[in-house]
Amino acid sequence: MRFRPGASGLALLAVSSLVLTACSAGSLGSSSDSSGGSVQITYLIGNQDQDLKNAQQLVKDFTAKNAGISIKIETRPAGTEGDNIVKTRLSTGDMPEVFNYNTGSLFQAIAPQKNLVSLSDQPYVGNLDDNFKNTVTADNQVYGVPVGGFMGGAVLYNIPIYKRLGLTPPKTWAEFMANSAKIKAAGIPPVIQTYGETWTAQLFVLGDFHNVAATEPDFADKYTKNQAKYATSPAALKGFEHTEAVHDAGYENKDFASAKLPDGLKMLATGKGAQYPILSGVVANMIATYPDAGKNVGLFALPGDDASKNGLTVWTPGANYIPKTATGAKLDAAKKFLAFIASPDGCKSQTTAGAPTGPYAVKGCALPADVPQAIKDMQPYLDKPGASSLALEFVSPVKGPSLSQITVEVGSGIRKAKDGAVRYDEDVKKQAQQLGLAGW
Amino acid sequence: MTTTSVKPQERSKAAPAASAAGSKVYRPYSNWFFLPSAIIYSVLFLVPTFASLYFSLTRWSLFDSKFVGLDNFKLFFQEPALVKGFTNTLIYAVVTSGSKVVLGLLLAVLLTSQIVARGYLRSVVFFPVLVSTIGVGLTFTVLMNPERGLINGALSVVGISGPGWLTDPKWALLSVAAVDVWKGVGLATLIYIAGIVSIPREYIEAARVDGASSWETFRRVVLPLSRPATVTVIILSLIGGLRSFDLIWAMTQGGPGFTSDVIASVIYKQYQAGFYGLSTAGNVVLFITVTAIVLPLSWFLNRKEVDM
Amino acid sequence: MSTAELVNHRPARKWALSAVAILVSIVVFVIPFAFIVLTAVKDRQQSADLNFAWPHQFRIVQNFVEVVKARDYMLVIAFINSTVLTVASVAGMVILAAMAGFVLQRRKSRWNGLINFLVLSGLIIPPAVVPTIWVLQKLGLFKTLPGLILIEIAFGLSFCVLLFRAFVATIPRELDEAAVIDGAGPFGLFFRVIFPLLRSVIVTVVVVQSVAVFNDFTNPLYFLPGDQNATVQLTLYNFNSQFSTQYNLLFMNILLITIPPLIMFLFFNRQIVAGMTSGAIKG
Repeated sequence: MRFRPGASGLALLAVSSLVLTACSAGSLGSSSDSSGGSVQITYLIGNQDQDLKNAQQLVKDFTAKNAGISIKIETRPAGTEGDNIVKTRLSTGDMPEVFNYNTGSLFQAIAPQKNLVSLSDQPYVGNLDDNFKNTVTADNQVYGVPVGGFMGGAVLYNIPIYKRLGLTPPKTWAEFMANSAKIKAAGIPPVIQTYGETWTAQLFVLGDFHNVAATEPDFADKYTKNQAKYATSPAALKGFEHTEAVHDAGYENKDFASAKLPDGLKMLATGKGAQYPILSGVVANMIATYPDAGKNVGLFALPGDDASKNGLTVWTPGANYIPKTATGAKLDAAKKFLAFIASPDGCKSQTTAGAPTGPYAVKGCALPADVPQAIKDMQPYLDKPGASSLALEFVSPVKGPSLSQITVEVGSGIRKAKDGAVRYDEDVKKQAQQLGLAGW
Repeated sequence: MTTTSVKPQERSKAAPAASAAGSKVYRPYSNWFFLPSAIIYSVLFLVPTFASLYFSLTRWSLFDSKFVGLDNFKLFFQEPALVKGFTNTLIYAVVTSGSKVVLGLLLAVLLTSQIVARGYLRSVVFFPVLVSTIGVGLTFTVLMNPERGLINGALSVVGISGPGWLTDPKWALLSVAAVDVWKGVGLATLIYIAGIVSIPREYIEAARVDGASSWETFRRVVLPLSRPATVTVIILSLIGGLRSFDLIWAMTQGGPGFTSDVIASVIYKQYQAGFYGLSTAGNVVLFITVTAIVLPLSWFLNRKEVDM
Repeated sequence: MSTAELVNHRPARKWALSAVAILVSIVVFVIPFAFIVLTAVKDRQQSADLNFAWPHQFRIVQNFVEVVKARDYMLVIAFINSTVLTVASVAGMVILAAMAGFVLQRRKSRWNGLINFLVLSGLIIPPAVVPTIWVLQKLGLFKTLPGLILIEIAFGLSFCVLLFRAFVATIPRELDEAAVIDGAGPFGLFFRVIFPLLRSVIVTVVVVQSVAVFNDFTNPLYFLPGDQNATVQLTLYNFNSQFSTQYNLLFMNILLITIPPLIMFLFFNRQIVAGMTSGAIKG
């Protein structure tokens, strides 16, 4: 070794920093401390405020009763970015012991038979709502427990505006448009759209599914088999046409193209906008910021052509799953945690964390008396037989990834409704082939 | 790394003996020097790239893969967003690299002249180069907000009602390109400054003595002599522009709808959707496109340089 | 530095031009940064207005503390991770690329064409993410910091090799010959004679690549997932979640992660131009 100190110093730095990284920064957090002999598991959830609050409350209440177990919360991005992370981590065997993810078609896409621990032998499975259970079942095995409540894909509306203008919640599309015309005449944007967050643009299509199913009861089945299409089924095409109609009539708020969900909720809660087609899951967040919205904002199902068949399209809650990579004491701890979530105590804990988004999917869980008006408005639809259906993504594994962008285009006047539907059918084809479904 | 770097030392002990023998064949440039780079580069870059050629022919879900031949490429070329993405990519690359060449050269001339606060100006022009792309993207998304953003706010003061920079299909792509130029022009300027500074003083003085005006000096001396800098700026920004993804993703995610999609964002969306085979096929398409544009261009530009 | 003074020296014109330049630079470059700083110190409600108004109240300390504490001090972990990542991968790139660039420039062989082609490919070809994950898994390096460091080195090598190769061309071969006559072997020649002469281009490489690695967003996202492994760019996710956007914290975060590049810039401002002069333009 006879090179200059300068050069060898740099080389040494390179080598030693490589070595140093073997012990990376790790955790500085306070919650990772685990007392001797106890089990620590990790719980992966989406990084949205409400999800996090909910998870923190669940963990707090669970660990209070189970001293030997500590749970660390880890977050991931939401939306499609999150889908990717979940898939990558599952396929690399790197998934935390408990993780939260969607039910329905997205659940089918993570190869549950291969990656998840079956929960069918757990005693609480009988207490789970049947509709929910179907959306976390693959090959007759149940894999998930519900977190949060059912959600409605519906129109949230500002009750004071409706009262002032003497309007009643519409049951048909014609009534909806007539109401909107009156609201516009009163100088208020009738329909709130927030394309700054593209997923919010899909509601006219996705939330209309009850009306589609009411007209064509076998649509979902045929759709899965590549026998029915959005572009060729008149009932299914309506969703795209409605998106277009609202834009053509000039009913959207002026900043629809850039507004985000919080802007939309602000408009709705403060009466700067009248009707907002959205998931009822956002209600809790709205009330956290605007407490008055609890009584000032109501809900009605997306209207279709036939008033007698009108009903609510329902989303099942997301679920917690255990990956097959969890074993031994950690697996037991994870199962205990899920059992807690699927019990009335778990529901109570979630109610503490924030206003529920709808009824819970666990039997024996009651909604508190002071639920927001919008959530109360869901109940009649759910109670009346035939007045609610699960959204298409829960009854068919087929769901294209580009619907949000397509509906943004239709709702911004960039693309015609029919064209958008054709485009979406193309999009769906790729996904069905990827899943290896028969008939595609 | 440690093991590989031992080998050159062994060679170095043997080498003087060889040269002492007076062998003309001896060269002090050992091929061992390539070894560490070659290993890292091959394993982590070449192998995945070649693997991608295979995986692009499969329907791949990360859990398993199924050979489907050229189906992915067929699908990818049927993708309506792709045609749009293709033209957008070219527009984006040409607009950004063109603007960087022109603005970079002008700024460099300005910043090598006797101007007040030259140090300050050089610093502010260069600084955005160092800031995180995501941070810049998020900041400008806010500034370009059509209703409440600072830019349209300022325009409305002078009576112009600005467009929805990122929400109007006509403007979205160009707005992102403008931010790309804002962030990247400092590097182009720097390369040009380096080029201009290295022009021998005598040339410019000779031109002055001949009575050439500033403009003539610029056109006849500075412009041709900063040609290598121009080549570098064009090639670097063209490659960057064709592959550009971060900024577009942070600002519009290809929206509204699909109107500001570029090839890289189409690929990324397929990837997000879990169509790994399809996405990898897109990767191959992008790679061929970039190569087909940049290689001949770089060959052409460099060849002309030798001629001069 | 004042070699090519093209713009005329008439004082009036000079002052006018300077004034215009400074004014434009303030509007185009300074205001966006001022906006970041202002928003970063506002409270949550006011920051949601997105305007340039003077803050009602300065919440520098509160916002700072809130950002740092968020998600169990994720930002602190991220800063440590990013620093280790940046230092290690840039050091690796400098040494490996300098060695490769040196031999590539000096030694003419029939392999040169192929090597040059591979180097250029590295600059042009977009890395294939999923197959790379697949390779890393096989090596047991997926989701590890050393794995990501090697990835950054592999993706950054091409650019560095080009710079070094161009710069080495400006070093006279006579130096090599003299060193060889003095008895230097390949390794001694490189590290004792050549490497010290590369100082200015090394500075350029260090600045350019450490900024690139420090600001990298996509590679850490896919090759190093998990909160414990977060790098600073990923922390931006924390404050830009779908349901509620806290602009003040988001911008405080942007501000904080801009500080290390700023320090880098203040230190190396002069050398960057010097390095570029001799290296980049000849690439």
